[in-house]
Amino acid sequence: MSTPLMQLESVSRSFGNNLALNRVDLDVYPGEVHCLLGDNGAGKSTLIKIMSGVLTPTLGTVRFNGEPVTFRSPRDAQGYGIGTVHQDVGTIPLISVSRNFFLGNEPTKGWGPFRRLDHASANRIALEQIRAMGIRRVNDADQLVGTMSGGERQALAISRAIYFGARLLILDEPTAALGVKESKIVIDLISKARDEGIALVFITHNATHALQVGDRFTVLIQGRTAANFLRGEKTREEVLNLMAGGEEFEAAGHGD
Amino acid sequence: MAAMEQTLETPATPRASLVERMLQVAWIGPAIAAVIIYIFFGIVGGASGFLTVAGTAGWLNTAAELGIIAIPIGLLMISGEFDLSTGSVVGASAIIVALGSGFYGLPVAYTFTLALALGVAVGCFNAFLVNWTKLPSFIVTLATNFILAGTSLGLSRLISGSSNVSFKDAGWAEPILASKWNYFNVSVLWWVFAALLAAWVLRQTRFGNWILATGGNADAARRAGVPVSRVKLILFIWTAVSASFVGIMSAVMYNQGNAAQGQGYVFQTAIAAVIGGVLLQGGFGSVTGIVLGCVIYGIVSLGLFYTGWPTDWLQTFIGALLVLAVLTNNIIRNAALSRGARRK
Repeated sequence: MSTPLMQLESVSRSFGNNLALNRVDLDVYPGEVHCLLGDNGAGKSTLIKIMSGVLTPTLGTVRFNGEPVTFRSPRDAQGYGIGTVHQDVGTIPLISVSRNFFLGNEPTKGWGPFRRLDHASANRIALEQIRAMGIRRVNDADQLVGTMSGGERQALAISRAIYFGARLLILDEPTAALGVKESKIVIDLISKARDEGIALVFITHNATHALQVGDRFTVLIQGRTAANFLRGEKTREEVLNLMAGGEEFEAAGHGD
Repeated sequence: MAAMEQTLETPATPRASLVERMLQVAWIGPAIAAVIIYIFFGIVGGASGFLTVAGTAGWLNTAAELGIIAIPIGLLMISGEFDLSTGSVVGASAIIVALGSGFYGLPVAYTFTLALALGVAVGCFNAFLVNWTKLPSFIVTLATNFILAGTSLGLSRLISGSSNVSFKDAGWAEPILASKWNYFNVSVLWWVFAALLAAWVLRQTRFGNWILATGGNADAARRAGVPVSRVKLILFIWTAVSASFVGIMSAVMYNQGNAAQGQGYVFQTAIAAVIGGVLLQGGFGSVTGIVLGCVIYGIVSLGLFYTGWPTDWLQTFIGALLVLAVLTNNIIRNAALSRGARRK
């Protein structure tokens, strides 16, 4: 296997006396989905914040492409090609699909005071990118984002991040607020992005969703890595047990 | 492959219907309202001259002076902020010009610049307080309005012994700021210019996209790299400078400056923007809508005069209109957003 795109080595982070992360290791490979599982308060958010440059680790090393790095800010992390899709997806309901897609990176044409938005190419590219993600119901780039479903907004956010150069995508609970049908759309999006060679970190507390699409799994419990395994190594039941509290599961006689 | 793409695309839902598309147009509500109100006053006030050139000029002039400030106010509201300090900026700018050029006899170019500089300073001050203290702009700019109103009144009386200073001849500035064609003031042209500029910015520039995004979801906009604080700073300056301009214009037009004038703009401009379909929560609105909001305000103010009814009722009428506008805005916004949900 190639080198991981991003690697956390024994990363710890404390807030005052409170140790939120305790010597956590994590490898993310291009073209792979790394599922980060854990209950509320297990340290998932702290880990994402470290990976996306919001926080720096108290101890431990973050490597990108094998090189040790320190992200000074989310912008800095974005510069490395790390995209984060937050729970609220970062969309703006009352502006159009293409205006959302290009927010902060608007294409312009013309010169000097006549420099203006290139609506035609913005609309065309935004639609192309979203439809390439398998979203067929969006067929009008002028449509307000507020009219899109939760899954479609995820598609917008993911295709946007990839279009603007993300090589590693961190998806924070993308299926948390969605129904069965919409979750399926998001799972499909994740596999599409993986097929394009993107490295993905999929944060969830839904074991079913994780097992559907994950290649590598890390279960966090109270800031520590409770388990680290590959696809097919554990059943859904085992994963659920792990998430509920690894010790009990170990005590229940998991021999090896 | 192409055939397969075809079969995949055909089941996609048809493009939005005409009604659905119209609901997306931010100014559809105010446009309908303007037509209805115009027809109403045409019928009731037509006989006494509402429909004549003089009548038309009357409401257009009112709409223009209001609009020059209401347009940037509307943009500011789309970005999610308020500015209630425009009234004092109008008064302060008028008194600066009247004191400087009328009382001390300084060249108008000098006093105009001074008044516009005051606008820039007030805009910076408002933006600074809003951006750094995170206090609601409603209260911050209300405070600015009082501070500035008191100061200009106090200084004016201290210097000239009166709050009202006459200003006879503006020289080269007369034709630009105070000329008339028929009954139409030149301010109508300035209003058209302000509207075209704002419409261009909002629809056709990156900055316009940032205005909408800042008001729609400031956190998301910030994460996408939009300089949210700078967007607000520019809009606060734009608004205050526009208010200075109206103050200068009124000093030239009425040959006097009054430190206490202009307070009507404080709420009228915000009312015109809301009647024009700008959402109070920010994130939605159009320049065409704001222009129509000013037109509606102008028609109602002048139209009531032509009906022969006591004009005491003007504020009642405007208040009722405002409630209706806010309700309609919410309905239109919800309808625009439910479009996708219904087709699911």
